Amino acid sequence: MTITGSPLIAGEAEGTLLLLTAPICFWGGLDPVSGTIADPRHPQRGALLSDKIVAIPAIVGSSSSSQYLLEAMHHRTAPRAILLGENDIIIATAVIVGREMDYPSFPIVQCGFEGLRDGAYVRIARDGQIHVHGKP
Amino acid sequence: MHLTEDETFMISCAAPPAIAMAMRILTETARLMGADRLVEITNAHIDGCVYFADSGVFFAEKLRDLGARVSVPATLNVGALDLLRPDLVRASRHALDMAQRLMTAYVDMGCTASWTCAPYQAGYRPGLGEQIAWAESNAIVFANSVLGARTNRYGDYFDICAAITGRAPYTGFHITENRYATILIDLSGLPAALLGEEAFYPVLGAWLGRTVGGAVAAFKGMPADVSEDCLKALAAASASTGAVALFHVIGVTPEAPDQAQAFGGRPPEEIIRPSLQDMRTARDQLSTTVASDGIDCVALGSPHFSIDECRQLAALCKSRKFCRPVYVCTRHDVYAALGGDRETIEAAGATFVVGTCVVVAPILKQSSGVLMTNSGKFAHYSPSTVGHDVVYGSLLDCVRSAVTGNVDRDEELWH
Repeated sequence: MTITGSPLIAGEAEGTLLLLTAPICFWGGLDPVSGTIADPRHPQRGALLSDKIVAIPAIVGSSSSSQYLLEAMHHRTAPRAILLGENDIIIATAVIVGREMDYPSFPIVQCGFEGLRDGAYVRIARDGQIHVHGKP
Repeated sequence: MHLTEDETFMISCAAPPAIAMAMRILTETARLMGADRLVEITNAHIDGCVYFADSGVFFAEKLRDLGARVSVPATLNVGALDLLRPDLVRASRHALDMAQRLMTAYVDMGCTASWTCAPYQAGYRPGLGEQIAWAESNAIVFANSVLGARTNRYGDYFDICAAITGRAPYTGFHITENRYATILIDLSGLPAALLGEEAFYPVLGAWLGRTVGGAVAAFKGMPADVSEDCLKALAAASASTGAVALFHVIGVTPEAPDQAQAFGGRPPEEIIRPSLQDMRTARDQLSTTVASDGIDCVALGSPHFSIDECRQLAALCKSRKFCRPVYVCTRHDVYAALGGDRETIEAAGATFVVGTCVVVAPILKQSSGVLMTNSGKFAHYSPSTVGHDVVYGSLLDCVRSAVTGNVDRDEELWH
Protein backbone atom coordinates (compact mmCIF):
# COMPACT_ATOMS: atom_id res chain seq x y z
CA MET A 1 0.00 0.00 0.00
CA THR A 2 1.00 3.64 -0.41
CA ILE A 3 0.49 6.53 1.99
CA THR A 4 0.76 10.10 0.74
CA GLY A 5 2.65 12.26 3.18
CA SER A 6 4.04 15.76 3.00
CA PRO A 7 7.82 15.95 3.12
CA LEU A 8 9.14 18.34 5.80
CA ILE A 9 12.69 17.36 4.95
CA ALA A 10 12.63 15.84 1.47
CA GLY A 11 14.70 12.77 0.73
CA GLU A 12 14.67 9.07 0.00
CA ALA A 13 15.03 6.27 2.52
CA GLU A 14 14.02 2.68 3.07
CA GLY A 15 14.11 0.31 5.98
CA THR A 16 12.20 -1.45 8.73
CA LEU A 17 9.50 0.54 10.46
CA LEU A 18 9.60 1.15 14.21
CA LEU A 19 6.14 2.39 15.18
CA LEU A 20 6.11 4.31 18.46
CA THR A 21 2.80 3.97 20.29
CA ALA A 22 3.18 7.12 22.41
CA PRO A 23 4.46 10.66 21.85
CA ILE A 24 8.08 11.26 22.82
CA CYS A 25 10.34 14.02 24.10
CA PHE A 26 13.94 13.50 22.96
CA TRP A 27 15.30 15.31 26.04
CA GLY A 28 15.61 12.37 28.39
CA GLY A 29 13.83 10.25 25.78
CA LEU A 30 16.67 9.59 23.34
CA ASP A 31 20.19 8.45 24.16
CA PRO A 32 22.07 10.00 21.25
CA VAL A 33 25.19 7.89 21.78
CA SER A 34 23.47 4.51 21.52
CA GLY A 35 20.50 5.71 19.44
CA THR A 36 18.00 4.05 21.82
CA ILE A 37 14.87 5.28 23.58
CA ALA A 38 15.95 6.13 27.11
CA ASP A 39 12.74 7.30 28.78
CA PRO A 40 11.83 4.59 31.31
CA ARG A 41 8.15 5.55 30.99
CA HIS A 42 7.99 5.22 27.19
CA PRO A 43 6.30 2.03 25.94
CA GLN A 44 9.15 1.41 23.44
CA ARG A 45 11.96 2.11 25.92
CA GLY A 46 15.21 0.45 24.91
CA ALA A 47 14.23 0.29 21.22
CA LEU A 48 16.99 1.17 18.78
CA LEU A 49 16.15 4.02 16.40
CA SER A 50 19.35 3.83 14.35
CA ASP A 51 18.88 2.36 10.87
CA LYS A 52 15.09 2.32 11.33
CA ILE A 53 12.30 4.32 9.79
CA VAL A 54 10.73 5.65 12.96
CA ALA A 55 7.06 6.64 13.07
CA ILE A 56 6.37 9.11 15.91
CA PRO A 57 2.77 10.14 16.62
CA ALA A 58 3.82 13.48 18.20
CA ILE A 59 6.81 15.26 19.65
CA VAL A 60 6.02 16.66 23.09
CA GLY A 61 7.85 18.53 25.83
CA SER A 62 11.19 20.22 25.81
CA SER A 63 12.59 22.55 23.18
CA SER A 64 15.95 20.82 23.80
CA SER A 65 14.80 17.84 21.72
CA SER A 66 16.68 19.58 18.87
CA GLN A 67 19.97 19.10 20.73
CA TYR A 68 19.42 15.37 21.19
CA LEU A 69 18.56 14.72 17.56
CA LEU A 70 21.50 16.80 16.28
CA GLU A 71 23.80 14.87 18.61
CA ALA A 72 22.42 11.59 17.28
CA MET A 73 23.22 12.82 13.75
CA HIS A 74 26.72 13.73 14.96
CA HIS A 75 27.17 10.20 16.38
CA ARG A 76 25.60 8.63 13.25
CA THR A 77 22.90 6.99 15.40
CA ALA A 78 19.93 8.91 13.94
CA PRO A 79 17.07 7.05 12.21
CA ARG A 80 17.07 6.56 8.42
CA ALA A 81 13.89 8.64 8.35
CA ILE A 82 11.19 9.93 10.67
CA LEU A 83 7.46 9.79 9.94
CA LEU A 84 5.61 12.35 12.05
CA GLY A 85 1.91 12.25 12.89
CA GLU A 86 1.97 15.97 13.65
CA ASN A 87 4.18 18.66 12.15
CA ASP A 88 6.99 19.58 14.54
CA ILE A 89 9.70 22.10 13.96
CA ILE A 90 11.77 21.35 17.07
CA ILE A 91 13.12 18.19 15.50
CA ALA A 92 12.94 19.31 11.87
CA THR A 93 15.20 22.24 12.78
CA ALA A 94 17.79 19.77 14.06
CA VAL A 95 18.01 18.17 10.61
CA ILE A 96 18.26 21.57 8.89
CA VAL A 97 21.06 22.54 11.31
CA GLY A 98 22.70 19.15 10.81
CA ARG A 99 23.00 19.86 7.09
CA GLU A 100 24.76 23.16 7.88
CA MET A 101 27.14 21.15 10.08
CA ASP A 102 27.71 18.60 7.27
CA TYR A 103 26.21 15.73 9.27
CA PRO A 104 24.38 13.06 7.23
CA SER A 105 20.81 14.18 6.70
CA PHE A 106 17.60 12.14 6.54
CA PRO A 107 13.99 12.71 5.45
CA ILE A 108 11.13 13.72 7.73
CA VAL A 109 7.62 13.18 6.37
CA GLN A 110 4.37 14.18 8.00
CA CYS A 111 1.63 11.62 7.33
CA GLY A 112 -1.33 9.70 8.65
CA PHE A 113 -0.45 6.45 10.45
CA GLU A 114 -3.35 4.33 9.21
CA GLY A 115 -1.93 1.22 7.57
CA LEU A 116 1.49 1.50 9.24
CA ARG A 117 2.55 -1.64 11.05
CA ASP A 118 5.55 -2.07 13.30
CA GLY A 119 8.17 -4.19 11.52
CA ALA A 120 6.88 -3.48 8.00
CA TYR A 121 9.38 -2.61 5.28
CA VAL A 122 8.93 0.98 4.18
CA ARG A 123 10.24 2.95 1.22
CA ILE A 124 10.02 6.75 1.22
CA ALA A 125 10.15 8.73 -2.02
CA ARG A 126 11.31 12.30 -2.42
CA ASP A 127 7.76 13.56 -2.97
CA GLY A 128 6.59 12.15 0.39
CA GLN A 129 4.97 8.97 -0.99
CA ILE A 130 5.43 6.15 1.52
CA HIS A 131 5.33 2.59 0.16
CA VAL A 132 4.61 0.00 2.83
CA HIS A 133 5.59 -3.64 2.14
CA GLY A 134 4.96 -6.74 4.20
CA LYS A 135 8.62 -7.75 4.35
CA PRO A 136 11.94 -6.66 2.93
CA MET B 1 7.68 32.28 0.26
CA HIS B 2 7.79 36.05 -0.07
CA LEU B 3 10.95 37.68 1.29
CA THR B 4 11.50 41.45 1.58
CA GLU B 5 14.47 43.09 -0.11
CA ASP B 6 16.40 43.06 3.20
CA GLU B 7 15.58 39.41 3.78
CA THR B 8 16.59 38.47 0.24
CA PHE B 9 19.94 40.13 0.83
CA MET B 10 20.39 38.33 4.17
CA ILE B 11 20.14 34.93 2.50
CA SER B 12 22.36 35.86 -0.47
CA CYS B 13 26.05 35.08 -0.76
CA ALA B 14 26.77 38.82 -0.50
CA ALA B 15 25.51 38.80 3.12
CA PRO B 16 27.89 38.27 6.05
CA PRO B 17 28.28 34.47 6.31
CA ALA B 18 26.81 34.17 9.84
CA ILE B 19 23.67 36.03 8.79
CA ALA B 20 23.36 33.92 5.64
CA MET B 21 23.70 30.70 7.67
CA ALA B 22 21.11 31.83 10.23
CA MET B 23 18.77 32.98 7.46
CA ARG B 24 19.08 29.67 5.60
CA ILE B 25 18.07 27.77 8.73
CA LEU B 26 15.27 30.24 9.44
CA THR B 27 13.75 30.27 5.95
CA GLU B 28 14.02 26.51 5.55
CA THR B 29 12.17 26.07 8.87
CA ALA B 30 9.62 28.70 7.80
CA ARG B 31 9.03 26.82 4.57
CA LEU B 32 8.31 23.54 6.29
CA MET B 33 5.95 25.31 8.70
CA GLY B 34 4.04 26.49 5.65
CA ALA B 35 4.74 30.21 6.20
CA ASP B 36 4.39 32.49 3.18
CA ARG B 37 6.41 35.28 4.75
CA LEU B 38 8.51 36.19 7.79
CA VAL B 39 7.65 38.56 10.63
CA GLU B 40 10.00 40.93 12.43
CA ILE B 41 10.47 40.07 16.10
CA THR B 42 11.34 42.33 19.02
CA ASN B 43 13.18 39.80 21.19
CA ALA B 44 14.23 36.19 21.60
CA HIS B 45 14.80 33.74 24.44
CA ILE B 46 17.54 31.23 23.75
CA ASP B 47 17.49 27.67 25.10
CA GLY B 48 20.46 26.39 23.09
CA CYS B 49 22.88 27.62 25.79
CA VAL B 50 22.31 24.64 28.08
CA TYR B 51 24.90 21.99 27.37
CA PHE B 52 23.63 18.49 26.67
CA ALA B 53 25.77 17.49 23.74
CA ASP B 54 28.98 18.49 21.96
CA SER B 55 27.32 19.14 18.59
CA GLY B 56 25.44 22.10 20.08
CA VAL B 57 28.74 23.65 21.12
CA PHE B 58 30.19 23.17 17.63
CA PHE B 59 27.11 24.83 16.12
CA ALA B 60 27.19 27.87 18.44
CA GLU B 61 30.93 28.31 18.01
CA LYS B 62 30.58 28.05 14.23
CA LEU B 63 28.05 30.89 14.23
CA ARG B 64 30.14 32.93 16.69
CA ASP B 65 33.36 32.39 14.73
CA LEU B 66 31.61 33.48 11.53
CA GLY B 67 30.94 36.77 13.33
CA ALA B 68 27.28 36.33 14.36
CA ARG B 69 25.63 38.95 16.59
CA VAL B 70 22.03 39.04 17.73
CA SER B 71 20.03 41.85 16.13
CA VAL B 72 17.31 41.95 18.82
CA PRO B 73 17.58 41.64 22.64
CA ALA B 74 18.02 37.94 23.46
CA THR B 75 17.90 36.44 26.94
CA LEU B 76 19.62 33.17 27.82
CA ASN B 77 18.03 30.14 29.45
CA VAL B 78 19.79 28.18 32.17
CA GLY B 79 23.35 27.06 31.60
CA ALA B 80 24.65 23.67 32.70
CA LEU B 81 26.91 25.27 35.32
CA ASP B 82 26.31 27.11 38.59
CA LEU B 83 28.67 30.05 38.10
CA LEU B 84 28.51 30.88 41.82
CA ARG B 85 29.36 27.36 42.98
CA PRO B 86 31.19 25.51 40.20
CA ASP B 87 31.79 22.50 42.50
CA LEU B 88 28.04 21.85 42.68
CA VAL B 89 27.97 20.28 39.21
CA ARG B 90 29.46 16.78 39.27
CA ALA B 91 30.29 16.49 35.58
CA SER B 92 33.44 15.30 33.83
CA ARG B 93 36.14 17.85 33.02
CA HIS B 94 35.10 17.55 29.37
CA ALA B 95 31.43 18.31 30.11
CA LEU B 96 32.30 21.25 32.36
CA ASP B 97 34.57 22.72 29.69
CA MET B 98 31.98 22.24 26.98
CA ALA B 99 29.22 23.77 29.15
CA GLN B 100 31.40 26.83 29.70
CA ARG B 101 32.36 27.09 26.01
CA LEU B 102 28.69 26.96 25.05
CA MET B 103 27.69 29.68 27.53
CA THR B 104 30.60 31.86 26.37
CA ALA B 105 29.70 31.45 22.69
CA TYR B 106 26.16 32.72 23.27
CA VAL B 107 27.34 35.66 25.39
CA ASP B 108 29.92 36.48 22.69
CA MET B 109 27.06 36.70 20.17
CA GLY B 110 25.53 39.49 22.26
CA CYS B 111 22.95 37.56 24.29
CA THR B 112 22.05 38.71 27.82
CA ALA B 113 23.53 36.51 30.57
CA SER B 114 20.16 36.04 32.30
CA TRP B 115 20.62 32.26 32.91
CA THR B 116 17.03 31.52 33.73
CA CYS B 117 14.10 29.48 32.45
CA ALA B 118 11.75 32.16 33.86
CA PRO B 119 13.01 35.31 32.08
CA TYR B 120 9.45 36.66 32.29
CA GLN B 121 9.90 37.04 36.05
CA ALA B 122 13.32 38.66 35.70
CA GLY B 123 12.00 41.77 34.00
CA TYR B 124 12.03 40.44 30.43
CA ARG B 125 8.31 40.70 29.79
CA PRO B 126 7.20 41.17 26.20
CA GLY B 127 3.84 42.91 25.91
CA LEU B 128 0.45 41.98 24.52
CA GLY B 129 0.63 41.30 20.79
CA GLU B 130 4.43 41.58 20.65
CA GLN B 131 6.02 39.25 18.05
CA ILE B 132 8.83 37.25 19.68
CA ALA B 133 10.76 34.00 19.13
CA TRP B 134 11.17 32.06 22.34
CA ALA B 135 12.49 28.61 23.11
CA GLU B 136 12.21 26.81 26.50
CA SER B 137 8.85 25.12 26.59
CA ASN B 138 7.61 26.64 29.87
CA ALA B 139 8.60 30.17 28.87
CA ILE B 140 6.87 29.79 25.49
CA VAL B 141 3.56 28.93 27.16
CA PHE B 142 3.91 31.69 29.75
CA ALA B 143 4.78 34.37 27.17
CA ASN B 144 1.90 33.36 24.90
CA SER B 145 -0.72 32.74 27.57
CA VAL B 146 -0.03 35.07 30.49
CA LEU B 147 1.62 37.96 28.65
CA GLY B 148 -0.19 37.68 25.31
CA ALA B 149 3.06 37.91 23.35
CA ARG B 150 3.28 35.78 20.20
CA THR B 151 5.63 32.87 19.64
CA ASN B 152 5.53 29.34 18.32
CA ARG B 153 7.14 26.43 20.14
CA TYR B 154 10.64 27.12 18.91
CA GLY B 155 13.54 24.84 19.74
CA ASP B 156 17.24 25.03 20.40
CA TYR B 157 19.30 26.32 17.40
CA PHE B 158 16.29 27.89 15.70
CA ASP B 159 16.17 30.36 18.60
CA ILE B 160 19.59 31.92 17.93
CA CYS B 161 18.91 32.05 14.17
CA ALA B 162 15.76 34.08 14.89
CA ALA B 163 17.73 36.39 17.20
CA ILE B 164 20.47 36.93 14.58
CA THR B 165 18.07 37.63 11.72
CA GLY B 166 15.38 39.36 13.84
CA ARG B 167 12.75 37.28 12.07
CA ALA B 168 10.34 34.40 12.65
CA PRO B 169 8.03 32.50 10.28
CA TYR B 170 4.69 34.34 10.08
CA THR B 171 2.54 31.37 10.89
CA GLY B 172 0.99 29.52 13.81
CA PHE B 173 0.69 31.53 17.01
CA HIS B 174 2.12 34.69 15.43
CA ILE B 175 -1.29 35.10 13.73
CA THR B 176 -4.40 36.24 15.63
CA GLU B 177 -6.72 33.71 14.00
CA ASN B 178 -4.70 30.75 15.32
CA ARG B 179 -4.69 32.02 18.90
CA TYR B 180 -8.37 31.50 19.63
CA ALA B 181 -9.30 28.64 21.92
CA THR B 182 -11.10 25.62 20.49
CA ILE B 183 -11.57 23.63 23.71
CA LEU B 184 -13.41 24.93 26.78
CA ILE B 185 -12.30 23.48 30.09
CA ASP B 186 -14.99 24.06 32.67
CA LEU B 187 -13.57 23.76 36.19
CA SER B 188 -16.93 24.11 37.95
CA GLY B 189 -16.98 20.43 38.90
CA LEU B 190 -13.91 20.80 41.13
CA PRO B 191 -13.96 21.89 44.80
CA ALA B 192 -13.25 25.61 45.25
CA ALA B 193 -10.71 24.81 47.98
CA LEU B 194 -8.66 22.76 45.51
CA LEU B 195 -8.59 25.65 43.01
CA GLY B 196 -7.13 27.82 45.79
CA GLU B 197 -4.19 25.44 46.33
CA GLU B 198 -0.84 25.95 44.64
CA ALA B 199 -0.28 22.19 44.43
CA PHE B 200 -3.32 21.94 42.14
CA TYR B 201 -1.82 23.90 39.24
CA PRO B 202 1.04 21.59 38.20
CA VAL B 203 -1.47 18.72 38.30
CA LEU B 204 -3.95 20.64 36.13
CA GLY B 205 -1.08 21.45 33.74
CA ALA B 206 0.03 17.82 33.47
CA TRP B 207 -3.57 16.80 32.82
CA LEU B 208 -3.97 19.57 30.21
CA GLY B 209 -0.90 18.51 28.23
CA ARG B 210 -2.05 14.90 28.14
CA THR B 211 -5.64 15.81 27.29
CA VAL B 212 -5.29 18.48 24.60
CA GLY B 213 -1.80 17.82 23.16
CA GLY B 214 -1.08 21.00 21.22
CA ALA B 215 -4.61 22.48 20.99
CA VAL B 216 -5.55 25.87 22.49
CA ALA B 217 -7.79 25.50 25.54
CA ALA B 218 -9.56 28.13 27.64
CA PHE B 219 -10.24 27.58 31.34
CA LYS B 220 -13.53 28.73 32.77
CA GLY B 221 -13.98 29.00 36.52
CA MET B 222 -10.41 29.59 37.64
CA PRO B 223 -10.21 32.07 40.55
CA ALA B 224 -9.71 35.64 39.25
CA ASP B 225 -6.89 36.16 41.75
CA VAL B 226 -4.90 33.09 40.66
CA SER B 227 -1.23 33.94 41.20
CA GLU B 228 1.38 34.33 38.50
CA ASP B 229 3.39 31.53 40.11
CA CYS B 230 0.39 29.20 39.80
CA LEU B 231 0.03 30.05 36.10
CA LYS B 232 3.77 29.52 35.70
CA ALA B 233 3.47 26.05 37.23
CA LEU B 234 0.44 25.24 35.05
CA ALA B 235 2.29 26.38 31.91
CA ALA B 236 5.42 24.39 32.70
CA ALA B 237 3.60 21.14 33.42
CA SER B 238 1.38 21.44 30.34
CA ALA B 239 4.44 21.91 28.14
CA SER B 240 6.07 18.83 29.66
CA THR B 241 3.34 16.24 29.17
CA GLY B 242 2.02 17.79 25.96
CA ALA B 243 2.93 20.17 23.17
CA VAL B 244 0.92 23.05 24.63
CA ALA B 245 2.02 26.50 23.39
CA LEU B 246 -0.92 28.64 24.52
CA PHE B 247 -3.91 28.51 26.85
CA HIS B 248 -6.35 31.14 28.02
CA VAL B 249 -7.92 31.71 31.42
CA ILE B 250 -11.25 33.46 30.96
CA GLY B 251 -11.33 36.65 33.02
CA VAL B 252 -7.61 36.43 33.81
CA THR B 253 -5.27 36.27 30.80
CA PRO B 254 -5.08 39.22 28.39
CA GLU B 255 -6.63 37.62 25.30
CA ALA B 256 -9.57 36.19 27.22
CA PRO B 257 -11.49 38.98 28.97
CA ASP B 258 -14.59 36.86 28.30
CA GLN B 259 -15.45 33.54 26.67
CA ALA B 260 -16.49 35.06 23.33
CA GLN B 261 -13.15 36.82 22.88
CA ALA B 262 -11.18 33.75 23.94
CA PHE B 263 -12.95 31.74 21.22
CA GLY B 264 -13.00 34.46 18.55
CA GLY B 265 -16.79 34.60 18.73
CA ARG B 266 -17.20 30.93 17.82
CA PRO B 267 -18.65 28.18 20.00
CA PRO B 268 -16.15 25.75 21.56
CA GLU B 269 -15.50 22.66 19.43
CA GLU B 270 -15.33 20.64 22.61
CA ILE B 271 -16.22 21.19 26.27
CA ILE B 272 -14.38 19.18 28.92
CA ARG B 273 -15.42 19.14 32.59
CA PRO B 274 -12.60 17.52 34.57
CA SER B 275 -13.69 15.69 37.71
CA LEU B 276 -11.93 15.43 41.04
CA GLN B 277 -11.15 11.83 40.10
CA ASP B 278 -9.45 13.05 36.89
CA MET B 279 -7.31 15.38 38.98
CA ARG B 280 -6.46 12.63 41.47
CA THR B 281 -5.39 10.39 38.59
CA ALA B 282 -3.27 13.20 37.10
CA ARG B 283 -1.69 13.80 40.50
CA ASP B 284 -0.92 10.11 40.92
CA GLN B 285 0.65 10.02 37.43
CA LEU B 286 3.16 12.67 38.53
CA SER B 287 4.58 10.18 41.05
CA THR B 288 6.37 6.99 40.06
CA THR B 289 6.69 5.51 43.56
CA VAL B 290 5.03 5.58 46.97
CA ALA B 291 8.54 5.75 48.46
CA SER B 292 7.85 3.40 51.37
CA ASP B 293 11.57 3.50 52.15
CA GLY B 294 11.62 7.28 52.25
CA ILE B 295 13.00 9.95 49.97
CA ASP B 296 16.59 10.80 49.03
CA CYS B 297 16.23 14.48 48.13
CA VAL B 298 13.84 17.33 47.42
CA ALA B 299 14.06 19.51 44.30
CA LEU B 300 12.25 22.84 44.07
CA GLY B 301 12.22 25.50 41.41
CA SER B 302 11.27 24.32 37.93
CA PRO B 303 10.62 26.85 36.54
CA HIS B 304 13.08 28.84 38.66
CA PHE B 305 11.66 29.89 42.02
CA SER B 306 10.47 33.50 42.12
CA ILE B 307 11.21 35.79 45.03
CA ASP B 308 7.69 35.13 46.38
CA GLU B 309 8.22 31.36 46.25
CA CYS B 310 11.58 31.70 48.03
CA ARG B 311 9.97 33.84 50.74
CA GLN B 312 7.22 31.27 51.16
CA LEU B 313 9.84 28.57 51.51
CA ALA B 314 11.79 30.68 54.03
CA ALA B 315 8.68 30.99 56.19
CA LEU B 316 8.35 27.18 56.21
CA CYS B 317 12.06 26.72 56.96
CA LYS B 318 11.98 28.61 60.25
CA SER B 319 12.75 26.22 63.12
CA ARG B 320 13.00 23.25 60.75
CA LYS B 321 16.09 21.18 59.96
CA PHE B 322 16.30 19.01 56.85
CA CYS B 323 17.77 15.51 57.03
CA ARG B 324 17.76 15.14 53.24
CA PRO B 325 19.33 17.41 50.59
CA VAL B 326 16.91 20.12 49.45
CA TYR B 327 17.79 21.92 46.20
CA VAL B 328 16.25 25.31 45.49
CA CYS B 329 16.76 26.29 41.85
CA THR B 330 16.49 30.00 41.14
CA ARG B 331 17.79 33.02 39.23
CA HIS B 332 20.87 35.07 40.05
CA ASP B 333 18.85 38.21 40.75
CA VAL B 334 16.50 36.40 43.14
CA TYR B 335 19.41 34.84 45.00
CA ALA B 336 21.06 38.24 45.33
CA ALA B 337 17.88 39.94 46.56
CA LEU B 338 16.81 37.42 49.19
CA GLY B 339 18.76 38.83 52.15
CA GLY B 340 17.82 37.20 55.46
CA ASP B 341 15.48 34.72 53.80
CA ARG B 342 18.46 33.18 52.05
CA GLU B 343 20.15 32.56 55.39
CA THR B 344 16.94 31.08 56.82
CA ILE B 345 16.65 28.64 53.93
CA GLU B 346 20.33 27.70 54.05
CA ALA B 347 20.26 27.36 57.84
CA ALA B 348 17.54 24.70 57.48
CA GLY B 349 19.99 22.77 55.31
CA ALA B 350 18.84 23.62 51.79
CA THR B 351 21.21 24.32 48.90
CA PHE B 352 20.61 27.04 46.33
CA VAL B 353 21.24 26.10 42.71
CA VAL B 354 21.64 29.35 40.80
CA GLY B 355 21.34 29.91 37.06
CA THR B 356 20.91 26.21 36.35
CA CYS B 357 18.85 23.32 37.78
CA VAL B 358 19.06 19.74 38.94
CA VAL B 359 17.62 18.13 35.80
CA VAL B 360 19.85 19.89 33.26
CA ALA B 361 23.15 19.49 35.13
CA PRO B 362 24.46 16.53 37.18
CA ILE B 363 24.00 17.97 40.68
CA LEU B 364 22.17 15.22 42.59
CA LYS B 365 24.49 13.13 44.76
CA GLN B 366 23.16 9.78 43.56
CA SER B 367 22.47 8.40 40.10
CA SER B 368 19.22 6.86 41.30
CA GLY B 369 16.90 7.22 44.27
CA VAL B 370 13.68 9.00 45.15
CA LEU B 371 13.22 12.69 44.46
CA MET B 372 10.32 14.63 45.91
CA THR B 373 9.15 17.84 44.27
CA ASN B 374 6.32 20.34 44.06
CA SER B 375 7.11 20.95 40.37
CA GLY B 376 5.12 19.20 37.67
CA LYS B 377 8.05 19.69 35.30
CA PHE B 378 10.63 18.15 37.64
CA ALA B 379 8.18 15.33 38.38
CA HIS B 380 7.70 14.62 34.68
CA TYR B 381 11.37 14.74 33.65
CA SER B 382 13.31 13.36 36.65
CA PRO B 383 12.82 9.66 35.83
CA SER B 384 14.17 10.09 32.29
CA THR B 385 16.86 12.73 32.86
CA VAL B 386 18.35 11.94 36.28
CA GLY B 387 17.14 8.38 36.85
CA HIS B 388 15.20 9.18 39.99
CA ASP B 389 11.80 7.94 40.97
CA VAL B 390 9.50 10.78 41.90
CA VAL B 391 6.99 11.70 44.58
CA TYR B 392 4.88 14.76 43.85
CA GLY B 393 3.63 16.90 46.73
CA SER B 394 2.89 20.47 47.79
CA LEU B 395 5.67 22.78 48.96
CA LEU B 396 4.64 22.09 52.56
CA ASP B 397 4.61 18.32 51.88
CA CYS B 398 8.14 18.59 50.46
CA VAL B 399 9.44 20.60 53.42
CA ARG B 400 7.90 18.25 55.99
CA SER B 401 9.19 15.18 54.16
CA ALA B 402 12.71 16.62 53.97
CA VAL B 403 12.68 16.99 57.76
CA THR B 404 11.79 13.34 58.45
CA GLY B 405 13.09 11.68 55.30
CA ASN B 406 9.71 10.00 54.87
CA VAL B 407 6.88 11.03 52.58
CA ASP B 408 4.53 13.23 54.58
CA ARG B 409 1.70 14.39 52.31
CA ASP B 410 -1.56 16.12 53.17
CA GLU B 411 -4.11 13.99 51.31
CA GLU B 412 -7.08 15.99 52.55
CA LEU B 413 -7.13 18.36 49.57
CA TRP B 414 -7.65 15.66 47.03
CA HIS B 415 -10.70 14.03 48.64
